[in-house]
Amino acid sequence: MAVASSTYKKVLEGDQQPKEVLVKIDRVTKKFDETIAVDDVSLTINKGEIFALLGGSGSGKSTLLRMLAGFERPTEGRIYLDGEDITDLPPYERPINMMFQSYALFPHMTVAENIAFGLRQDKMPKADIEARVAEMLKLVQMSQYAKRKPHQLSGGQRQRVALARSLAKSPKLLLLDEPMGALDKKLRSQMQLELVEIIERVGVTCVMVTHDQEEAMTMAQRIAIMHLGWIAQIGSPIDIYETPTSRLVCEFIGNVNLFDGVVVDDSEAYALIDSPDLERNIYVGHGVSTSVQDKTITYAIRPEKLLVTTEQPAFEYNWSRGVVHDIAYLGGHSVFYVQLPSGKIVQSFVANAERRGARPTWDDQVFVWWEDDSGVALRS
Amino acid sequence: MKRFSFSNMMLWVGFLFIYLPMLILVIYSFNGSRLVTVWGGWSVKWYVGLLDNRQLIGAVLRSLEIAFYTAISAVILGTLAAFVLTRVTRFKGRTMFGGLVTAPLVMPEVITGLSLLLLFVAMAQILGWPQERGIVTIWIAHTTFCTAYVAVVVSSRLRELDMSIEEAAMDLGAKPLKVFFLITIPMIAPSLAAGAMMSFALSLDDLVLASFVSGPGSTTLPMEVFSAVRLGVKPEINAIASLILLAVSAATFLVWIISRRAEEKRRKAVQQAIEEGAAATWQQDKPEAKAAG
Repeated sequence: MAVASSTYKKVLEGDQQPKEVLVKIDRVTKKFDETIAVDDVSLTINKGEIFALLGGSGSGKSTLLRMLAGFERPTEGRIYLDGEDITDLPPYERPINMMFQSYALFPHMTVAENIAFGLRQDKMPKADIEARVAEMLKLVQMSQYAKRKPHQLSGGQRQRVALARSLAKSPKLLLLDEPMGALDKKLRSQMQLELVEIIERVGVTCVMVTHDQEEAMTMAQRIAIMHLGWIAQIGSPIDIYETPTSRLVCEFIGNVNLFDGVVVDDSEAYALIDSPDLERNIYVGHGVSTSVQDKTITYAIRPEKLLVTTEQPAFEYNWSRGVVHDIAYLGGHSVFYVQLPSGKIVQSFVANAERRGARPTWDDQVFVWWEDDSGVALRS
Repeated sequence: MKRFSFSNMMLWVGFLFIYLPMLILVIYSFNGSRLVTVWGGWSVKWYVGLLDNRQLIGAVLRSLEIAFYTAISAVILGTLAAFVLTRVTRFKGRTMFGGLVTAPLVMPEVITGLSLLLLFVAMAQILGWPQERGIVTIWIAHTTFCTAYVAVVVSSRLRELDMSIEEAAMDLGAKPLKVFFLITIPMIAPSLAAGAMMSFALSLDDLVLASFVSGPGSTTLPMEVFSAVRLGVKPEINAIASLILLAVSAATFLVWIISRRAEEKRRKAVQQAIEEGAAATWQQDKPEAKAAG
């Protein structure tokens, strides 16, 4: 648990250490026949960080990872590792190791042989291999399973072996392909923290691919959101959740209420947005710098920042009347679906802090409101 | 008493349909009479007589030899073809290659045999090889069609194999050739064995191809049996057929026992692993429970 909070802390403090670039992906494009899987992507990955590529299926995240591993060759662009151009190196000559989604353990070898496989390819002396394998087994707490075959292990154990195997050669870069894809939900959250702990203890730079935003946010220090082969946004989990730069990112990560509108008053200190969905204007606590011709804008607000109350707010902006349309009780919190007078239904998360509190119920008249700086004004 | 339902009865009818002829063959191999169709009391003289029949024993050994060589060469060639078909995704003429590899499966043997005979004759005239047709030409002929069977069996296994296992080996620093021998071959070993066994059986069984491409002094067992039958079935043939049946059943039984043992061992190991895992989690939970209490 301490680990996750340390990751979170690092993110909050902005990571004071000087950033050293390890991987540089320079304008890489990959085409399969006519379909473009990765479209002119450039990004840098710093030494020692856990970087997540997050996207839906067909977003090109796996193709990008496979290009880093060397299984696919970019159609255009170069990839540099530690300043060295590795674009044309075959996978077996790259100091990069990968943990596969299916773990891809060799079924006919024992756990120890699996871990030793990579070291044997380097023609390491036998005694050194044994020492290294023992060290790796200890790292993932699998020492007592050294003589087992993969089919005699549970899913979580297999994952540990796969991790030990990919770390055995001390790669410069570790690639994780959907690391939790094959585990059930409860084991997943436990293994996420364990994986981060091991990766941080080893100190290896890590690029992971996932479609699970919770996983990316738990494990990674920086996340790149991919969509249709291009990168929509790169940033820390907090950046991406709290200040998305586009509607796409906003809708991809978490839930969101979107209000389309036009800027009616724009100054340096504040802006007013008039949305047809709302009876009152939206007040934004900062200028939104719109162009003169196009004043349309989208205002995005997360459900947990949209508050439900039964008393009418006293201020002029940022609230609306509504009727409770539906309630979904999820244990920790409830989702209120409130229908506004315009007919639009907005979501609001209400924490269930009390066991049985008096709260609005179906078809009650309520008010939804939010703080001046709760939402984000999106230009695209 | 078990109830004889309709489906149960049909099962036995099916068994009889398949195995009654073989049973009759085995029974008649112990026939004391010279005539196959007349029962002359029990006797093992045809089995004893087999030992003196040099020609028949020679044919058996020759057939086994050819089948052995065929199994080896067909597995090698078939595996290579299957690997190229499943792993090299794009090359010119891939579809045609796939079609040509599997074509011998549907080609009438008479045509294959005739064309091979013509080829060997032409080669003998132009290249001076093969001087005479015999074991080598039969082996080549059998390899051509057994390769197709092996390619089909092995490629279906290769196709269902998780490609990322081979990729993982390459990722860990093994060159493609090494990956093939260290990872791919062990993983497809069962289908290689199946392909080899199938080739062995097909080669042992083949009459048509062998008749076309064999020469003097290279009569295989099926040819020997067939020509003997044409002159009237001798009980000796029944005896050798019974022996082959016995060998095949024994081999099948042995394979079944071995695979059942392996399966049992595997199940036990898995069971043990699960129990140990459960014990480990229980031990982990215990202090927590104490702390909570």
